[in-house]
Amino acid sequence: MPVPPDVPAVTTAPGATVAAATQEPSGVELVNVTKRFKGGVEAVKDVSLSVRPGEFVALVGPSGCGKSTVLRMIAGLEEVSAGRIRIGVRDVTTDLPQHRDVAMVFQSYALYPRMSVRRNLGFGLRMRRTEKAERNRRVAEVADVLGLEHLLERRPGALSGGQRQRVAMGRAIVREPRVFLMDEPLSNLDAKLRVSMRAQLSLLHKRLGVTTVYVTHDQVEAMTLGQRVAVLRDGVLQQFDTPQRLFRYPVNLFVAAFIGSPSMNFVQARVTDSSVSFSGTRIPLPAGSPLAGTDRSVILGVRPTAFTAGSANGWPTLQVVPEVVEELGDERYVIFDVDAPRVDTEETRAAVDAEAADDALLLPEDRARFTVRLPTDPPIDVGQPVSLALNPNRLYFFDPESGATLGPTPEQGSGEQ
Amino acid sequence: MTTTATPPPPAPVAVPAAGPDAAHLPVRIRSRWAGYTTTARYITLFALVCMFLLPVYVLLITAFKDLAQVSPSRMWEWPDSLSLDTYRTVWPKLQDGFRNSLAMAIPAALISSFLGAANGFVLSKWRFPGADIVFPLILFGMFIPYQAILIPMRQAMSDLHLLGGLNGLILAHVIYGLPITTLIFRSYFTSISDELIDAAQVDGAGMIRTFLFVALPIAVPAFAVSVIWQFTSAWNDFLFGLVLTNPDHWPVTVALNNVAGGQVVPYHEAMAAALLASIPTLLVYILMGRFFMRGLMAGALKG
Repeated sequence: MPVPPDVPAVTTAPGATVAAATQEPSGVELVNVTKRFKGGVEAVKDVSLSVRPGEFVALVGPSGCGKSTVLRMIAGLEEVSAGRIRIGVRDVTTDLPQHRDVAMVFQSYALYPRMSVRRNLGFGLRMRRTEKAERNRRVAEVADVLGLEHLLERRPGALSGGQRQRVAMGRAIVREPRVFLMDEPLSNLDAKLRVSMRAQLSLLHKRLGVTTVYVTHDQVEAMTLGQRVAVLRDGVLQQFDTPQRLFRYPVNLFVAAFIGSPSMNFVQARVTDSSVSFSGTRIPLPAGSPLAGTDRSVILGVRPTAFTAGSANGWPTLQVVPEVVEELGDERYVIFDVDAPRVDTEETRAAVDAEAADDALLLPEDRARFTVRLPTDPPIDVGQPVSLALNPNRLYFFDPESGATLGPTPEQGSGEQ
Repeated sequence: MTTTATPPPPAPVAVPAAGPDAAHLPVRIRSRWAGYTTTARYITLFALVCMFLLPVYVLLITAFKDLAQVSPSRMWEWPDSLSLDTYRTVWPKLQDGFRNSLAMAIPAALISSFLGAANGFVLSKWRFPGADIVFPLILFGMFIPYQAILIPMRQAMSDLHLLGGLNGLILAHVIYGLPITTLIFRSYFTSISDELIDAAQVDGAGMIRTFLFVALPIAVPAFAVSVIWQFTSAWNDFLFGLVLTNPDHWPVTVALNNVAGGQVVPYHEAMAAALLASIPTLLVYILMGRFFMRGLMAGALKG
């Protein structure tokens, strides 16, 4: 495949000296930060979050969850209603943006339209009264790293989307700030370029080692970029952990539904004694489950990857009739109905940004629908019953009322996943 | 038209002969009546243009006539000779007023545009508590007629020791222009993305440098609109010029009035003087007009 022309040249200069941060990276700390807008809307509620020096943290959540507001508060573009913000050891809660020594990449790039690329890159340095020779050196260096040398005299209007994105990135890098703040910087690029820029960003962060807070609504972007990921919903921090642990040990139904693609399958189920059952299938609870011996209804969650075709390892099996088979080349998604009530809670809807009855037309029956990822090997046909084995160690249990996770917590979790 | 329900005859369709040129003819979708309507439209437009240009025609030809030729009965007639004598006689009478007007209208237009830009920026991009009250109050200034404030204005200028010279007149026009220039710039800046201002702040610019380095350079179209507007209104003003200045500093409008005044109106001189006096505003429109249109459209079309 030909390399898209917009891909920056970071990879082509592996040995080159990259504009390395000259100052020690600083952490960012939010302590009980709350944002109440005029009119009483609480966009951010009591968020405490600590970003380690040099760490790449992704803030993720559905639209309107307050993630951009958090970022703007760190930048100083929004005042906090309560709580403190520290960058490094300094309390910056009441500092102006220009005194916080952070650089921000905006979704719209926000390049200064009447300035050439060179002047765009150098603007921050000029405002900070950096000497001209030093300014030119740093602009040239960053232009070299990002492959912008030949564009320096152009105005932003004469650049492609990918080039503008790189200029926006360069404008942040050239400042050598203590913290990078990025507000959905890739969302205006087309899908292919977005994926390659994602890798470039990761690489860039490794080289520069600057503390980065990255806002996105795309959980795949958050999982692939973030060393740790903070999941927000309605202004409340749900969980802040590494991508693997978010995936394996979601603290509640929302995080479980939000993280992972395709998303987790949910079904109303009942725990009795030492097994959980739904639609006539009875699955033994994993050893040591705190649910053992109880008798209650739960929401059962199963990842699409927890199934295998046929029967294996003595795992419990499900007889299903595939309704849709999506071929993806080396794997396939098999979608089928389960004869059990569908889970349609506020949490699962929020996770997919859907309104209450959005997909009611497509799912006329009130039955749970599962998506399962399988290898392409044994052929599967729509309408032909197949049996699927379900890994009993990869079950998630949630409280139907509160949505909180029941059962294995990170500490108790078995290592077999 | 008469499209009958009978099936169309198969062969005789009026296709132009498929010569080598025919293949390159653009295919146009147009009404059957297109030929007539276009002609009718152009005739109407031409008639209207003639009507609107009649005064200009009279002005032009009268300015080239000599006194003997000027009479209402021969108003439409072409001059006997194209003589520039009238311009020569009238220019000395206008000269001082012309200079005064330039010295007054240029600074007045620039200063009130700049201050309007600052107002518009603060009111749209650097909001302060009470901005929603201040803006309508500023706009209110647009609806105050000159005549209502003429006497207090003269008194105020007198107290400020600005009466008689051009500075007082400039100040009056700057203040009187602020509502409209503020409105122009506020509308313009509202259409500009907030992220741009945010970016400048994060980059280390405070309010003043954000305004000077980021907002003002983008506002060129609004600036053109504002300067044209202000220059024209300051140049064309008669009342303030007459009341606030002494005869040494009378603007061109007052000088123009003096040419046309007196017992017998020398129409040819009045016309020539009017033509001369209108040249600067015409020039401003011609030089900045392309920004003017763009500036007026900018808010509506988003970039």
